[in-house]
Amino acid sequence: MSNIPAELKYTESHEWVRLESDGTVTVGITEFAQDALGDIVFVELPKVGTSFTAGDDAAVVESVKAASDIYSPLSGEITEVNEAVAGAPESINANAYEAWLFKLKPADVSQLDRLLDAAAYGKTTAA
Amino acid sequence: MTLKATPLNNAHRALGARMVDFGGWDMPVNYGSQIEEHHAVRTDVGMFDVAHMCVVDIKGSDVRGFLRRLLANNVDKLQVSGKALYSCMLNPEGGVIDDLIVYFISEDWFRLVVNAGTAAKDVAWMNAQNEAWGTGLAITQRRDGDDAMALIAVQGPNARAKVWEVIPQAKDATLDMKPFNVALVPGTAFGEAMIARTGYTGEDGFEIGVAATQAENLWNALVAAGVKPAGLGARDTLRLEAGMNLYGQDMDESVNPLDAGLAWTIDLVSERDFIGKAALQAKGQNAQFVGLILREKGGVLRAHQKVVAASGETGEITSGTFSPTMQQAIALARVPASVQVGDTVHVEIRDKKLAATVVKLPFVRNGKILAA
Repeated sequence: MSNIPAELKYTESHEWVRLESDGTVTVGITEFAQDALGDIVFVELPKVGTSFTAGDDAAVVESVKAASDIYSPLSGEITEVNEAVAGAPESINANAYEAWLFKLKPADVSQLDRLLDAAAYGKTTAA
Repeated sequence: MTLKATPLNNAHRALGARMVDFGGWDMPVNYGSQIEEHHAVRTDVGMFDVAHMCVVDIKGSDVRGFLRRLLANNVDKLQVSGKALYSCMLNPEGGVIDDLIVYFISEDWFRLVVNAGTAAKDVAWMNAQNEAWGTGLAITQRRDGDDAMALIAVQGPNARAKVWEVIPQAKDATLDMKPFNVALVPGTAFGEAMIARTGYTGEDGFEIGVAATQAENLWNALVAAGVKPAGLGARDTLRLEAGMNLYGQDMDESVNPLDAGLAWTIDLVSERDFIGKAALQAKGQNAQFVGLILREKGGVLRAHQKVVAASGETGEITSGTFSPTMQQAIALARVPASVQVGDTVHVEIRDKKLAATVVKLPFVRNGKILAA
């Protein structure tokens, strides 16, 4: 069973989402996702200021094995991207919950309620 | 559908392998880190379960004559017992039914090793020719049943020394054996062992065949000797760096092997006729098979990405990955005949066109980077 922190929200497509005190949300990929992808070698981040609708392709994570689209979990505008993770993609393998990809300002924070909690996400990844 | 399992399935699970469905086979893709397994093979020694591949024994009178007509490469290159040859088996249209290695054991016994997913089709094809030509040979697959064999590939600069440690009887028989040769070594702790100095990594090493019932014992003995288990993930990055084709990806029944970098294995010189020869002579070569190294950041080269030459003509990547040895994205590609080694081409990755350099294959051989 993968590590699934209780304080985060999740998508069925294996992004994790954290609501910050300033009202932005931070997005990364889950432990389950990094483990399934294997050695990660490339990360493409969105541009700050870009607006996405929930479910849009926002970033790309490529492992030796495969390329995987990362979807924006909420509608909103990108406020910050993690350049450090673009320079060291393997940091996602090392700690998927620290190596965040981007932060966005949600258009409607109530969309968070549609995401999965840790228990529900755990069920989707149970073999 | 139930997945097929090799005799090493339990051993993989005991080692904590991540298992995947590989063409209907339940196989290990890695045992933790694909990149570490890759480096182990380049710098030390690693091993692969290749028991999903299929040994086919062909026995009888004039096996050579049969293979002269069946295979695109010329088995007359095999004049000394123990010698091996890589060849394609073509259909009458010149498409590739499979690629395989043929081992010359004696005039009444040649052994073939064919791909996992194609084995049933291959044996049916061989049987059909055997019947059509009235050659009366015994063609026996050795993957299932009482006589089943299993193959383990031990690869890397220290592979031979490790194998001799685990199978001491093999040392005398293989110490002076050149690459692309095989010895059958009786009386080992694992029964009779077929030890071939062949592989699919660009490194030295052995492919070892034993009775399927002995495979797990041999695997565990190699683990105990310090040989690192490596999965299909590392096998793919290693063969790609070595510039070796993968059946089903770089060529198949719809692909002209002359356009897939396999002209060196197709004997169009001798008088000998073989299945597919006339079709290939009529078609000729219309594209070339090259290596690409990505020069811009923006992704990893992958199969089916479009390659655009300076002339505007297009080609296609057939296999691509991130090279752990070179730390760059690399690919095998079928490109127009006008493209030259050293040219810059552009590869379409998502919404970008990224520059890549055309290089001669292989990228890496015996631990050294040859193309940069």
